[in-house]
Parts: sequence; structure tokens; C-alpha cells
Amino acid sequence: MRYSGFRVIAEALTGHKGWKPVWRDPTPQPDYDYIIVGGGGHGLATAYYLAKEFKQARIAVLEKGYLGGGNVGRNTTIIRSNYLLDGNEPFYEFSLKLWEGLEQDFNYNAMVSQRGIMNLIHTDAQRDAFTRRGNGMILHGADAVLLSRDEVKAIYPFLNFDNARFPIKGALAQKRGGTVRHDAVAWGYARGADLRGVDLIQNCEVTGMRIENGKIRGVETSRGFIGAKKVGVAVAGSSSRVMSHAGMRLPMESHVLQAFVSEGLKPLIDGVMTFGAGHFYVSQSDKGGLVFGGDIDGYNSYAQRGNLPVIEDVAEGGMALMPMIGRARLLRTWGGIMDMSMDGSPIIDKTGVEGLYFNGGWCYGGFKATPASGWCFAHLLATDQPHKTATAYRFDRFAKGLMIDEKGQGATPNLH
Amino acid sequence: MIINHPILGPRDAQEFVYLGDASLINRPDGLTASPAEMHDYVYLRDNPAGLHRELWYHEQGDRSWLVVTRNTVTHEITKVEMARDVARSMGRSK
Ligand SMILES: Cc1cc2nc3c(=O)[nH]c(=O)nc-3n(C[C@H](O)[C@H](O)[C@H](O)COP(=O)(O)OP(=O)(O)OC[C@H]3O[C@@H](n4cnc5c(N)ncnc54)[C@H](O)[C@@H]3O)c2cc1C
Repeated sequence: MRYSGFRVIAEALTGHKGWKPVWRDPTPQPDYDYIIVGGGGHGLATAYYLAKEFKQARIAVLEKGYLGGGNVGRNTTIIRSNYLLDGNEPFYEFSLKLWEGLEQDFNYNAMVSQRGIMNLIHTDAQRDAFTRRGNGMILHGADAVLLSRDEVKAIYPFLNFDNARFPIKGALAQKRGGTVRHDAVAWGYARGADLRGVDLIQNCEVTGMRIENGKIRGVETSRGFIGAKKVGVAVAGSSSRVMSHAGMRLPMESHVLQAFVSEGLKPLIDGVMTFGAGHFYVSQSDKGGLVFGGDIDGYNSYAQRGNLPVIEDVAEGGMALMPMIGRARLLRTWGGIMDMSMDGSPIIDKTGVEGLYFNGGWCYGGFKATPASGWCFAHLLATDQPHKTATAYRFDRFAKGLMIDEKGQGATPNLH
Repeated sequence: MIINHPILGPRDAQEFVYLGDASLINRPDGLTASPAEMHDYVYLRDNPAGLHRELWYHEQGDRSWLVVTRNTVTHEITKVEMARDVARSMGRSK
């Protein structure tokens, strides 16, 4: 079933009786060519591109809960390609280009909104660093523009420009950045994969891996053993747990990140704004809620909920930047579990087990990566070669000293 | 979270800085360890869901390092020890 304007009108005239469930609910087959573990954004995108671009047959996605119930449905929906380092920027720019064509590609309204993102500048040193980053972005074919204080003021006159600690001196902006309706991304990829014959199997937790003579044979699940020639794992915050079934220890810690939504307000913030120095970032949803967040809580956690000190910290950051936010009521807060890697960058790679592949370490920034992550992982699974924009995302980069450490923090996951 | 400091009693976790897995106490000898050993020490973690022994530094307090046993699924803290005592009991700092 294709979606179109015509279709909506036809359904409206016939009492909306023609809409059908968007994907099947299949029972697992005894074996598949490809099993993708994890029905989040990355797992679903991988299955979609594997079926569509790489024409691979007999694919299943195994999800322990329901599709899109993990981080893909918990994030603050920001997309951008404003990275500095060579290992990252081409990948994220590839992702942004895929976002730009995504809705036509999978025929689903994901509300991709290129409303622009700006990172605020407070000091000369920061302006230098952001100028360098902007130049790096432009050299890799992305867009970037440096805004003066007056240009920022013309857009957001209500900001606290003369904050004694962090006066606003300008911003690095990327106009093609923005937000996307996160759930719709999961649903669109799920529908697109299902239409191409992928079995999306929910309530199916992977509890073990069958490995013989260094080769993957399949996975043990809460719904029995399922055989596979190749297994790709994309389980975000659960990466260490799932890969431990293959005897692997990962360069990763799991941490909780919280997000916040205010009551609905009149239009106030038309883009995305980050106040990195104050540990605060914000955008406004189409329903009017301010969607904002800050730092991770900072200790290992699998709890999917954080603690009050970070809520206070984020609220303080918001008050420092736009004091009138104090009049708004907080509607909801929640948390998701981040796969924080040792250098803050992801891994899309083979493992020591033949036929077992891994995708993870996305930290708090994996939503924007969803299309490219799916594409590159599908490429690796289908061809056994890394995609050209993902060649740096290897396990052995730590042993070889080839870390991709945007923040220069070293092996301290809670500081990335 | 409240950390029951062995000397100072119950303290707010906000007074502390978090470092990570308490196995970081066992740093291999940099002069004799193989690169692979050093790599595993610096970069790899068990990252369990459940009981986790971890290092917290009381920066806004008495500047001691603690080994806190905490459940990463519930955030419940079940045991707090002085990191010094833990290290000594393993034969360190003789
Ligand atoms: C509060 C918050 C804000 C964020 N904001 C942004 C942002 O603005 N921009 C951005 O780019 N990124 C953001 N992120 C990060 C982003 O959401 C993640 O990096 C990304 O969604 C992770 O990939 P995923 O969608 O595949 O993960 P998930 O949706 O978590 O998918 C993983 C799936 O694996 C399943 N799974 C786990 N274990 C098993 C098992 N044993 N068997 C079967 N299935 C299993 C889980 O149930 C889950 O559905 C944010 C994250 C959070 C929590």
C-alpha cells in the first residue's frame, strides 16, 4: 500500500476502512540468511537497505520488546553533520544527504524538518575552534556558516546575551540540520523492510549465540533457536550484554541520558540551539513543547531513568540561556541507555567470529546517524567490506592509536 | 543517589566524581605489561547489567576514593568501601 495525497482523500471519503496494519507479525522461520538483532532505528534501517539496495534475501529483525521502543523513540530528534574529524564528517554528511531524500525513498512521512541548528559561541577561543570545525565541514561538502552576535540576536532576541559567565558572541550554524519525527523513522523503515519481505519479529530477545569452530550458526532467543548465516547486532545501550554472548568485552560503558519536554507554548524557537558551555540544548516540537536536554548522568546505568541532580543542572542551563523558560512547566522527562564508547565515536565492524558483525557505540548522537548507519552496516553485511564513509569505525582503532576523539577526552566514556 | 561514605556517613552522590569500573585499580605495570594487556586495561569493560563495583572520588569532601557496589539496573547501592582498603587487601601499596 503506497501513501499519497490521493489515497488520504479516498480513505476520507470511504470512512477510513481501507487502512491496514503497516507490517506483518510473522512467526520466526527456523533459519535465515541474515539476522539483525535489535529493532531500533539502526537495526530496522539495516534490514531495509539490505533488502532494498543490496538485494539480499531471507532477512529477519529480532527485537526483544516492540519496534522502536528503545532509543529511537526516546531521543531529542536532532539531525546534523557538524563534526570535525575526518573519520566522522563524511559519514555524517552521507547520513544527512540520506535524510534529505528519505521520505520519498521509503514513502513515509517522517517529518524531516531542516530548520537549522546553531551552536553558541562565548569566547574567542571557541570562535576559533568553531571556525575550524566549520571549515572542516565545508571541505567535506557539508554546509556551515558563522553567525555574529547581531545575527544570532536577530533570530533569538530573547537570549541572555550578556550573561556574565557565558556572554553570547555568535554561533556556528548548519542550515541543513534540524529535527525528524523519531518514531516515524522507525515505523517508515519497518514498513519499508516488511514490504520487501523482511520478517520483523517482536518480543524475541536474543539470549545466546551458537558459535561453532569460530563461525556463527545462529542465535538462541526467548522464542527458541533461530539459525543464520550472518548475524548483525545493533542493540545500542545493550551492546555489551549481547556481545558478551560471543565472549566479547567491548570498549564501551552504558550510561543514561535524560530528555525533557515542557508544556505546549506559542512558537518561540524555530531551529535547534545548543549551549554546550551550559550543558543545555533545545528545540521546539511542532506541538509547541520545548524539547531539551543536557549531559548524561555520568555513571554506568541500565535503568532507563536518571536522577534529579541532572534535571536541576539542565534546568539551570536553560535558565542561564533563556531566563523566561522558568515560567514554563515541565511536562515529561525520561531516560534512555547510551552505548558510550571510549573515544565517543561508533563502531561498524566485523568481529573475531566469522559471520558475526557489530554496530554500536553511538553515544548520545546515533539518531542522526540512523540512515547512514543502516546503509553502511548493510554494506558490510552484504559485501564483507566497509562502506567508504565508515572505514574508520573499527574495533582495532584503540589498539592502533587511531581513536576518533572529537572532544579529546581520552578513554573516559562519561565525559564524551 | 546517596553514598554511605565509610568515614563521613551518607553523602549526596553529587559531591563525587565518577571514574568507572573498580578493576581500574589493577593497572598493569607499564614497564612490563604487553601492549595487548595495556589495551584491555585502558579500553575494555565488562559493563554489566546488575551489580557493578565502581570508583567514586569524593572531590567535594575528603578527597578519598571509594569502591561503591551498585546495581546498574536499579541504582541501589549495597556496599561502600575505601578504595585504599580494597587495594591493600589485594596486596597493593606495600
Ligand atoms: C534522551 C536521549 C536523547 C537523544 N538525542 C539525540 C539527538 O538529538 N540526536 C541524535 O542523533 N541522537 C540522539 N540520541 C541517541 C540516539 O537515540 C541513539 O544513539 C540511537 O537511537 C541508537 O540506535 P537505535 O535507534 O538502533 O537504538 P534503539 O532504539 O535503542 O535500538 C536497540 C534495540 O535493541 C533491542 N535489544 C536490546 N537487547 C536485545 C536483545 N538481547 N535481543 C533483541 N533485541 C534487543 C532494544 O529493545 C532496542 O529496541 C539520544 C538518546 C537519548 C536517550
